[in-house]
Amino acid sequence: MELQRLAFSFFNADVASRYWPQIVEGFWLTTQLGAAVIVAGIVLGLALALLRAFHFKPANFLIVFFADALRALPPLVVIILLFFALPFVGISMSALMATWLSLSLVLAAFAEEIFWAGILAVPKGQTEAARSTGMTRAQTLMNVVLPQALRLTIPPLTNRMISITKGTALGSVIAVHEIIYHASSGASEAGNPTPLTLGALAYLVLFVPVVIFGRWVETRFAWKR
Amino acid sequence: MEQIVQLFFNMAILERVGPFLLRGLGMTLLLSLVIVPMGVISGAIVAMLYSLRRRWLNWLLIAYVDFFRAFPPLVLLLFIYGGLPFLGVDLPLFGTVALAFLLNTSSYYGEIFRAGIESIPRGQTEAARSTGLSGWQTMLYVTLPQATRNVLPDLISNTLEVIKLTTLASVVGFSELLNNARNAQALTYNATPIVVAALAYLALLWPLVRLVSRLEHKSIAVR
Repeated sequence: MELQRLAFSFFNADVASRYWPQIVEGFWLTTQLGAAVIVAGIVLGLALALLRAFHFKPANFLIVFFADALRALPPLVVIILLFFALPFVGISMSALMATWLSLSLVLAAFAEEIFWAGILAVPKGQTEAARSTGMTRAQTLMNVVLPQALRLTIPPLTNRMISITKGTALGSVIAVHEIIYHASSGASEAGNPTPLTLGALAYLVLFVPVVIFGRWVETRFAWKR
Repeated sequence: MEQIVQLFFNMAILERVGPFLLRGLGMTLLLSLVIVPMGVISGAIVAMLYSLRRRWLNWLLIAYVDFFRAFPPLVLLLFIYGGLPFLGVDLPLFGTVALAFLLNTSSYYGEIFRAGIESIPRGQTEAARSTGLSGWQTMLYVTLPQATRNVLPDLISNTLEVIKLTTLASVVGFSELLNNARNAQALTYNATPIVVAALAYLALLWPLVRLVSRLEHKSIAVR
């Protein structure tokens, strides 16, 4: 009896059949949003780290300020600032845009720090040797330092990408129609938590392979001590 | 300029909502003070159990850790918040929030401690055991302290994430800093409460960010 009630609440086939198309819709939006965040965040983070490698003081000050502030601020606070505070000065954007921009900036901040740590970890002798062969600073950076640095950054970067793409769920707070938005509005509409179960399953389908991939990356690219 | 100050740094409004925001900050700190120690302890327990190398147990622990790392914390929170009443469990809001965050953070702390314990050479354990320490004594007095030191940057970095995580509690109406700031903003129709809350988070967490950066660069330099 108890088990039957549990099944009726959490695995209600009737409710599930009504709500799963919405969950699937949310699933695709979450996937696309996550991919867009990764691309923008990594590109911006790498660009900032490369810029920082030129040791131009005012630029570096700004980069460090940006990276520190966006690593200190909770992502949900960034989203709410962009979505609710900026319209007061006439800058308004859609909820989807605000979520994408916020998470991309947060990922860029973390990525910049990780790339920068990787660049610093390449021994100075590498740069000196490359420069002495007549390469310019930009050539040295792109052809000698960066390829070695990238390898070191892969495990921490993968972990960071996973944790920040999970942040797409935060978009539901400002009504981005991703998985959990459909799941929780469906649950309150149906008066039954089955849509939440579906939503949870959708996230597992999406992220369990990613987490396992992350584990593989961590051992594959581990530091050789 | 005048208008921006009026909208984002309005002193009159800050004076009115200040005490309300402070109460929210207090709840944020209280929530963090409950979750961080419990998360660290349960993470350490997960890692110590893992180091026993029982096959089925390790399989279970990895499943537990990966399961909660794959779940976005907000989803976990909404699931527990929306699901528990249907199980007939009536937890106070603080308990619901703490439970959801604890499940999430203990798996992250567990992974960190596991890496730490694995970084300690076997010789340490063998030497400790040969002096007559029991298995658990070896773990608690020899392995775990060294493991903790080795992964300190990761532990602090995760603690930073946990404190940032507490903002999610605002989604279920838990009256922490972000929740109170959003309510105050809705009441006053002014961005000042949110801007002030953001500044409070910066002031609170910036030192931790700096500390993490310094420790991480140091540990890379050692390599």
